[in-house]
Amino acid sequence: MQIDLRTVAIKPLRQTFDHVARRIGGDKPASRYQEGTFDLQATANFQYRPTWDPEHEIFDAARTAIRMADWYAFRDPRQFYYGAYTLARAKQQDTAEANFDFVESRGLAAGLPAELTATVLKLLVPLRHVAWGANMNNASICAYGYGTAFSQPCIYHAMDQLGIAQYLTRVGLLFGDTDALDEGKRAWTADDAWQGLRRLVEDSFVVHDPFELFVVQNVVLDGLLYPLVFETIVDDVLSAGGGTAVAMLTQFMTDWFGETKKWVDATVKTAAAESAENRALLARWIVHWRDRAAAALLPVARIALGERSDEVVAEVVCQFNARLAKAGVEI
Amino acid sequence: MDMQVAKKKLGLKERYQVMTRGLDWTPSYQKMEDIYPYAAYEGIKIHDWDKWEDPFRLTMDAYWKYQAEKERKLYAIIDAYAQNNGHLNVTDARYLNAVKLFLTGISPLEYMAHRGFAHVGRQFPGAGPRVACLMQSIDEIRHAQTQIHSLSNYNKYYNGFHDFRHMLERVWYLSVPRSFFDDAVTAGPFEFMVAIGFSFEYVLTNLLFVPFVSGAAYNGDMGTMTFGFSAQSDEARHMTLGLEVIKFILEQDPDNLPIVQRWIDKWMWRGYRVLTLVGMMMDYMLPKRIMSWKEAWEVYFEENGGALFKDLARYGIRPPKWLDQISFDKDHISHQAWATFYQYGAAAAFNTWTPNDEEMDWLSQKYPNSFDKYYRPRLEYWREQAAQGKRFYNKTLPMLCQTCQIPMLFTEPGDPTKICYREVDYQGSKYHFCSDGCKEIFEYEPEKYVQAWLPVHQIYQGNCFPEGADPTAEGFDPLAEVLKYYHVEMGRDNLDFEGSEDQKNFDQWRGQATKNA
Repeated sequence: MQIDLRTVAIKPLRQTFDHVARRIGGDKPASRYQEGTFDLQATANFQYRPTWDPEHEIFDAARTAIRMADWYAFRDPRQFYYGAYTLARAKQQDTAEANFDFVESRGLAAGLPAELTATVLKLLVPLRHVAWGANMNNASICAYGYGTAFSQPCIYHAMDQLGIAQYLTRVGLLFGDTDALDEGKRAWTADDAWQGLRRLVEDSFVVHDPFELFVVQNVVLDGLLYPLVFETIVDDVLSAGGGTAVAMLTQFMTDWFGETKKWVDATVKTAAAESAENRALLARWIVHWRDRAAAALLPVARIALGERSDEVVAEVVCQFNARLAKAGVEI
Repeated sequence: MDMQVAKKKLGLKERYQVMTRGLDWTPSYQKMEDIYPYAAYEGIKIHDWDKWEDPFRLTMDAYWKYQAEKERKLYAIIDAYAQNNGHLNVTDARYLNAVKLFLTGISPLEYMAHRGFAHVGRQFPGAGPRVACLMQSIDEIRHAQTQIHSLSNYNKYYNGFHDFRHMLERVWYLSVPRSFFDDAVTAGPFEFMVAIGFSFEYVLTNLLFVPFVSGAAYNGDMGTMTFGFSAQSDEARHMTLGLEVIKFILEQDPDNLPIVQRWIDKWMWRGYRVLTLVGMMMDYMLPKRIMSWKEAWEVYFEENGGALFKDLARYGIRPPKWLDQISFDKDHISHQAWATFYQYGAAAAFNTWTPNDEEMDWLSQKYPNSFDKYYRPRLEYWREQAAQGKRFYNKTLPMLCQTCQIPMLFTEPGDPTKICYREVDYQGSKYHFCSDGCKEIFEYEPEKYVQAWLPVHQIYQGNCFPEGADPTAEGFDPLAEVLKYYHVEMGRDNLDFEGSEDQKNFDQWRGQATKNA
């Protein structure tokens, strides 16, 4: 049975905005993602050139070497506009909070074997600086990238990375205290194990091409770091050694990587499908930065994996290559 | 189980610091000036970024939680409002034109603010301000999108909303807000913060946001009101950031004072000029008025702003320049602006009209020194003409001010009967200005303002016709072609409210919803 509720029906003059209609093949009902994304960024008749970058317009596709006939070919498969994004993160935040509560209220952090605690602190605390770098880089891609379809997810990603840096800080405070944070920063700036990675992160700060920076940070560095640290070391190695609590505290990162890589892959796929030139350029960037990142991550992996590190990193790289091949870039 | 060693208890401030600036480090593989290349060229001297006082302490987990709660409520109301044909509850369909002005002129600026704050949120060498700016960046995309989503329902039923993004980059009066924001974004990061964070968000926001949102509340527009109220707590954060920026810069080095003072002078004037559109909206476009522009200026600027500048005096900051003129002009600018839009009502993407008797009386009462003497007779004349079927449309193009891009409609300081003209010769060309303020802003940075994309100049240069238009062809109608280029639909988006499609539809639909026809 259907209940037939009646409302006063008025026939609308149109379904959506013209600039949206032009993109979805006519005047049809549009989603909030579409209305909140398409053509939001200015493209024509700019008033003045930036005093900080007079070579370019305020928004300028020429800031990157990637060429697109239409920068709105990019789609976020998650269809994130601000509302959808915050609702998704609020839910994950609830879970993370429950996990922290669970670990704290049952004293699970204190109950961890001392050796494992030392590994957690040595490995995870310096990574808060890597996430901080990722925050800066995504702010940069958002500011200088072209077209809202490409730039919008980057502000969400930037804030996510800040959130991750803050969760890692809480892990540090839970297993240690502010001294652990200080020690983590000391290691990050001085210990040999971290210098390759820190150099890579600092070098990424001076990459000016927003799409290359997207590749360096979101495709390559996170594409190797998250499977290595959160999926392999935390979920497998530490959990097997009695550190399930750590996996609970980093569930946000694992889930987040699983979710965001769909967007990252879709973005690479769209740029690669555009032209052979784009594909070649993406492959060159990816190979260059992948080799640097893999080398930089090796000594980091050793903190937890010791002699197995080469093998595990090689495996992570292998999976990474397969992932990129699926996205249309053979490397 | 081992005894847990008592941990150092972190205060809120310390906790927030380890969650934000504690994440930063001093780089050694790349130079600071390469990582933050735009931090020095404006001449602002910062000696110690650690002196930055975080204006609010919101970690991301709390941010997601609070904001999601607000979004849930907001979108529930937007949906209910749409489902319930809430648009038929507005006071009268003329009101919708204020909303059109908002969507076409203001919402795209929220988006620009989002990108601008992402830029400065990347470029400041201090970690504290970077985090605060990025939070504002993500808030601003929220504002752009919640406005578009709320107003999307109006677009379904009324004209003038349908191509707001296209119009922003082309339509003559929209170059006023657009050039304002392009000016801020193309300035250095510190100037951007003084322009947008301080002058606009802190000092002038009550004159922009409040009139529109209160206007919505007064006129039965729950759609607009809801996003306005939902943005309030974000705006409060933005205001504290704007104030902290000013204080921080001024406390860092005495050499910063003259630079900041010049920016305050410039951006108060630039912002004030943009607010002309708001003043006009308040006095002429809201069927149910909140207060007059003049009253709003007195309350929100002269009283509140006066207290602020008294507070800033201890840093050596004096109130912005040209306040005497603004104070004199508060009796005039809204009338002068509406008269201009009335005349150019064929080239605007909203409807215009002459006020009815009751509204004229309200204006007389609110503007005893000016309305009856200077503005009522003209409106009454136009009304008579319209009644005789001779609705006046001005077919010439007005000269625009090179800086604020408003047509030269303002009058001489102290003499409301004489249009104010100023000019400057620069590199063999003559540039025109509406005021001493706009002239002085140009003179300080002529190389910037000569780049301006002035809509009228562009029309005369033939850059504002649709592709394939031939201005040499027989019977070429330049206005019609410009409207096509603007995507303004002749006879639907523009012209007088009387007889407009919006008027007819609204009356018919309201009848349908409230009567048994």
